[in-house]
Amino acid sequence: MATTAVEAPVVGVVSEKVTDERVVRRRLGPGPRIPGTLWIGPVLLLVLWIVASATGVLDPRTLSEPWVVVETAQRLIADGRLPEALATSAYRAALGLVIGVGVGLVLALVSGLSRVGEALIDGPVQVKRAIPSLALMPLLILWLGIGEPMKVITIALGVLIPIYIHTHNGLRGIDSRYAELAETVSLRRGAFVRHVVLPGATPGFLLGLRFAVLNALLSLVVVEQVNATSGIGHMITLASSYGQTEIIVVGLVVYALLGLVADGIVRFIERKALAWRRTLESH
Amino acid sequence: MATHAGESLKETAVRVEGLHRSFSEAGGVLNGLDLTIEAGEFVALIGRSGSGKSTLLRALAGLDRAVAGSGVVEVPERVSVVFQDSRLLPWRRVLDNVILGLGGSDARTRGFEALSEVGLEGRDQAWPHHLSGGEQQRAALARSLVRDPQLLLADEPFGALDALTRIKMHKLLKKLYAAHNPAILLVTHDVDEAIALADRVIVLVDGVVGSDIRIDLGSKRSPGDPRFASLRAQLLAELGVVDSADSADSADSVEEEVA
Repeated sequence: MATTAVEAPVVGVVSEKVTDERVVRRRLGPGPRIPGTLWIGPVLLLVLWIVASATGVLDPRTLSEPWVVVETAQRLIADGRLPEALATSAYRAALGLVIGVGVGLVLALVSGLSRVGEALIDGPVQVKRAIPSLALMPLLILWLGIGEPMKVITIALGVLIPIYIHTHNGLRGIDSRYAELAETVSLRRGAFVRHVVLPGATPGFLLGLRFAVLNALLSLVVVEQVNATSGIGHMITLASSYGQTEIIVVGLVVYALLGLVADGIVRFIERKALAWRRTLESH
Repeated sequence: MATHAGESLKETAVRVEGLHRSFSEAGGVLNGLDLTIEAGEFVALIGRSGSGKSTLLRALAGLDRAVAGSGVVEVPERVSVVFQDSRLLPWRRVLDNVILGLGGSDARTRGFEALSEVGLEGRDQAWPHHLSGGEQQRAALARSLVRDPQLLLADEPFGALDALTRIKMHKLLKKLYAAHNPAILLVTHDVDEAIALADRVIVLVDGVVGSDIRIDLGSKRSPGDPRFASLRAQLLAELGVVDSADSADSADSVEEEVA
């Protein structure tokens, strides 16, 4: 039994002075941004690796010690192998990314702005979406050989899908009231696209871009392990045949850095481009 | 500034004849409506929910191309619309919203002028969501005025504002009307607002003009004025609301008649 003690309200007594020390933030929001949060997790993992290697818990044949990896990285940089491989890989990924983003964006705009475009484009893209880009590689190798075009196109195909899906979604999500407004101020088609459609679809596009960057790296890793004669993937494959875990780790670290840097760039663009948005993230 | 409208007073800004609009087979929203608004005339349009106020406004704004109907609609070349929501593009700064779609090298200058006219000087680079509700509506008014409209269509523009802000906005609209003298069609559900602002109040009943009342109260209008009160009672009666406590029964009967 709950005994509810109903106390008589104290009337006429000034209550104790309570200093209101509220943290100025949204009660149900994630709270203020903590600087450098992106790096806390990775740094923790690195510390764990150093400790495990130093205490001998981690066998060097399984995974090289961090300092050996650092030495190897210095050596690979000094003899020019790493910069060359990195340049090749970054170029591949960037080219595939640019082509994929361009094509995905154009397809999304055509499909989002006209019903005919939607009828022609949306179906095939949805079908393509169901087939993983990497599953198309055997066909692409048959058509294009094992050279650069095959690699770049495989990456582009992996990029195109998230760009298309999220941009198209963003376009369709634009409030129709803005289209009405555009009619009342007699905006032409071009100005309507520039002032309403593109900015309205930008949040969706940038979300798509984040997925696209990850897809580009994923595709990069796979295409570089198939018959590659250059690039980070080639370096790793070679090291694998000779059992050089330190080189493999250097390659992996480079991949990771590529991913983090690319994601960081997209996040930065996102914050700049979406300054108008009052979201939970900015408060 | 108001002189340019002097000789055009007899011109017709809006001519509507036999306007039919219907959203379904069952019945029309507008049923052969006739309406004329002279150049520079301030007309308030009131009516119960579903009487066709917004449908008429949207027909005049050319926003109802997907709606079935017939009839003659003649409007001037330059028509501006103010909606109940400010409808500012959230991703464009206030000034860019005001001059949206405006050509010419002086667009920005005109935008600044319009902003200062509505009392938003210095807020040109603000994001719309940083403005209060009243300020957003001021920006929307600036966006309409910068186009120098011959006809201003306003669909319950102050409906979402609090009472104090609404009074300020009434003053602002009066001032802007005096300065630019466009024809105005103000759709409202607020009888007092209609009497306080308009030259003519039109009551829409079942998709036609139920009554058309001229307001001759001069420029100083106070709700305390007995003529104001009698107009209010008359308009409320037209709307089927009886403005007195002891006549609840008759209010009910009007309710049933209309239904």
